[in-house]
Amino acid sequence: MNLTYDDVVAKYEPVLGLEVHVELNTESKMFCGCSTVFGAEPNTQTCPVCLALPGALPTVNEKAIESTIKIGLALNCSIAPFSRFARKNYFYPDMPKNFQISQYDEPICVNGFVDVEIETDEGPKVFRIEVERVHMEEDTGKSLHVGGATGRIHGAEYSLLDYNRAGIPLVEIVTKIVPGTGKYAPEVARAYVAELRDILRSLGVSDVKMEQGSLRCDANVSLRLIGAETLGTRSETKNVNSLRSVERAIRGEMIRHAELLNKGERVVQETRHFQEDTGLTRSGRSKEQAEDYRYFPEPDLVPVAPDAAWVEELRAALPERPSIHRKRLQEAWAVPDKEMSAMINADVLDVVEATVALGADPAKARGWWLGEISRIANEKDVMIKDLTISASDVAEIVALVNAGELTDKLARQVVEGVIAGEGKPAAVIAGRGIKVVNDDSALMAAIERACAAQPETAQKVRDGHVPAAGALIGAIMKDTKGQADAARVRELLLGHLGQATN
Amino acid sequence: MIRNSASEMAVKLSNGEVTSVELTQAHLDQISAVDGAVHAFLFVDTEGALAQAAAVDAKRKNGEKLSPLAGVPLALKDVMAQKGIPTTCGSKILEGWRPPYDSTVVANLKKNDIIILGKTNMDEFAMGSSTENSAYGPTHNPWDLTRIPGGSGGGSSASLAAFEAPLAIGTDTGGSIRQPAAVTGTVGVKPTYGGVSRYGLVAFSSSLDQAGPCARTVLDAALLHEVIAGHDPKDSTSINAPVPAVVAAAKAGNVKGMKIGVVKELNGDGYQKGVRNRFEESLELLAAAGAEIVEVSAPNFEYALAAYYLIAPSECSSNLARFDAMRYGLRVGDLDGASAESVMNLTREVGFGREVKRRIILGTYALSSGYYDAYYGSAQKVRTLITQDFNKAFEVADVLVSPTCPTTAFKIGEKANDPLAMYLNDIATIPVNMAGIGGMSLPSGLADEDGLPVGFQIMSPVMKDDRMYSVGAALEAALLSKWGAPLLSKIPTLAGSK
Repeated sequence: MNLTYDDVVAKYEPVLGLEVHVELNTESKMFCGCSTVFGAEPNTQTCPVCLALPGALPTVNEKAIESTIKIGLALNCSIAPFSRFARKNYFYPDMPKNFQISQYDEPICVNGFVDVEIETDEGPKVFRIEVERVHMEEDTGKSLHVGGATGRIHGAEYSLLDYNRAGIPLVEIVTKIVPGTGKYAPEVARAYVAELRDILRSLGVSDVKMEQGSLRCDANVSLRLIGAETLGTRSETKNVNSLRSVERAIRGEMIRHAELLNKGERVVQETRHFQEDTGLTRSGRSKEQAEDYRYFPEPDLVPVAPDAAWVEELRAALPERPSIHRKRLQEAWAVPDKEMSAMINADVLDVVEATVALGADPAKARGWWLGEISRIANEKDVMIKDLTISASDVAEIVALVNAGELTDKLARQVVEGVIAGEGKPAAVIAGRGIKVVNDDSALMAAIERACAAQPETAQKVRDGHVPAAGALIGAIMKDTKGQADAARVRELLLGHLGQATN
Repeated sequence: MIRNSASEMAVKLSNGEVTSVELTQAHLDQISAVDGAVHAFLFVDTEGALAQAAAVDAKRKNGEKLSPLAGVPLALKDVMAQKGIPTTCGSKILEGWRPPYDSTVVANLKKNDIIILGKTNMDEFAMGSSTENSAYGPTHNPWDLTRIPGGSGGGSSASLAAFEAPLAIGTDTGGSIRQPAAVTGTVGVKPTYGGVSRYGLVAFSSSLDQAGPCARTVLDAALLHEVIAGHDPKDSTSINAPVPAVVAAAKAGNVKGMKIGVVKELNGDGYQKGVRNRFEESLELLAAAGAEIVEVSAPNFEYALAAYYLIAPSECSSNLARFDAMRYGLRVGDLDGASAESVMNLTREVGFGREVKRRIILGTYALSSGYYDAYYGSAQKVRTLITQDFNKAFEVADVLVSPTCPTTAFKIGEKANDPLAMYLNDIATIPVNMAGIGGMSLPSGLADEDGLPVGFQIMSPVMKDDRMYSVGAALEAALLSKWGAPLLSKIPTLAGSK
């Protein structure tokens, strides 16, 4: 039991296979018009079709097909000119028809790939993850097992069924087997899921919230001795609800498999459930006796045959790949890696880009969003995107500072005011009476008052002792209630006292 | 009055000779009088029908423009969902279920102000050719109450022959509209697959099921056909094209210059002598009316029955999986501590009849991995070959014809324990479903040896349903002038009948 990860990777090569389920963000379900909004009262978003009442028939949600094709294109897949839905038959109470409409041997997208870059001992390295297929299916309802210790169906006193989720469009993205990642397997898997998440987000086809289950990853892991040809027995870990968990689950399974193999035992082919608290997996359903789903083409639906011209239109309209987009921004803005990561982690890259697009200097835009605005969001414990300040507000504030109409200090007050709901920057400035005093005659009057009040200090400056000017500047700023531009005050003061200003 | 055709009733309604309430009441009275013996109905919606009739009468009084069949009563096969009305499909497993929605067919009937009298008996989930498989007892053939009225839609056909309704809705997966029509001396039409929406038709075999009109005349069937047909966005397999001009075709009844193909394989050995005689006579009448009779061959039809009994059970094994006691219908064994799985098992054990179980098991087996290619896969290939046979035949003939079934109505109980003999009844009707084309059965007389009705089948290409109405109407007219009165005038009068 004391095997370290290094021991494992010294002896074995991990082979991965990843299945990612994505809930599409269409307004209606896959095969009926019911709403897909998350969190509604149980069984309020149902109809004869998604409850499988006798006689009801499915019809395909065209938007879901469009979203799936976009995903396929973004993952470099071929789009099948002809694909079909199939019935996957098995009995389970939360599945109303007792079959799931899915796709079997004729999926809509095939043969794609995703490149991910991770940091290795030899520097950054790109791994190619080959995508076998992307297909459409419908989600099941949700069972809530009440009573019993585990929340599982066995031992429960009774179960409640909520069919709101039944029929929500799902897209399943299945990789081919992924060999050759060696000790980096957990990081590669994490990077792949992160990359998928970013791509799906950029396509706008899903909420991609792992914690809400709108993006779920099943990780298949097997080990074989380094150099061996045959694949080892795999386990499939479900319930992996965060990027960190993807990495932990795979690392954990690799160690568990290695321990079994080292003892001469065999790995059982089974479904395992990842447990967030321990980072370990526990045994689920055994897949030793493969379930026979009796797939056959869904006779209630006609084949999907997307028009080639339409597919090309969708391809032409694809957004730039997020990773490429980021690289391009980083170069254009000349941002160091560390700052770039900070923006990505704080999820402000899009808003910074929008601010720059409105004319703000990249460094200034980044500074505001990562600095003052992040600080306020932290203080309020909310997401930055939930604050009322927009890219155009920040761009306007940056412009006012550049024009000398605001000082940095005043600009912070304006930001604060916008976030506090006092309106757009102009309204905050007017409302709070914020004004830079840049009328030289008014400043000169204040300078003369200060010199008259502190004649000895003024004389020191006249005698060439420039640092003494600080006390005078402080008095002038106080006199102008902080609204004067300190740099201008200094310039005028030193000129007044016969000193060079540079 | 109840012996009139639906179109005659429609004329009397629009003339003001009779109200829809009177007409509906007359049919309800006939049902009360004879249905104890016939058992065509599983549910009679007396109040609903009379209320609907009163509403139509009010509309007519107000001078509203009404559809041609407005106010005429109809019997609905119990496989069609009708909002708030028990819909059992002849099965215990749906006992007590009242759909919260209308099937598209029912919505179209209501929109056209056709009065729905009630739900008719059927073989459980439309699986059978005799209506003996109904969980609620068999329906009796009004020509001879000891005989079957055909199936699965025996309730609908018997209701027409017993003058309980002038119109009925049937569904046809392998002959369930046409074979009952044949053995009761009535008219039944299976439209082109996709011609009538399946939304709300409780599925037996999705790729074969098709609802259609049942009536006592070809024109009545055409009028009802136009009411229920047309594209429905709720059914993906519904054809998005104009409904063929079936009423115009039925009114004209013109076969001059049409080529009528006799399918060599659907005649001869295995067909009762009286059936063959009536078929030959009908061909002569059609030739006399100006049609050219040609012979066509469909060599792959011999595999149709075998392929059908793989495809239909396969689809049914999946379609009937939803009857699991979780959301509606029967629930058995829901005692303290019972698992969902055991409730499902017990409910399905108790709720389904023998024939349904037989087909679920057959279909489950045929779809199993390792058997799929040999069974379901091969059956689909046969289906393609049958379609090709039809396509070739339609190159030389405008329509194809055959006897509807090999024999006249058999005795209740005669084939109940011999499923294969029962399945053979549909040998001539099944190819039509396999190819998704249109098929009609109309009466061609009585068999000499038993005095029972014989059906004549007309088959037309996809979405050329008007052709079978042209031929059907021409033959009907020729037979009528030969007989001097409709065939149903010869039916024995049932005790208590009006």
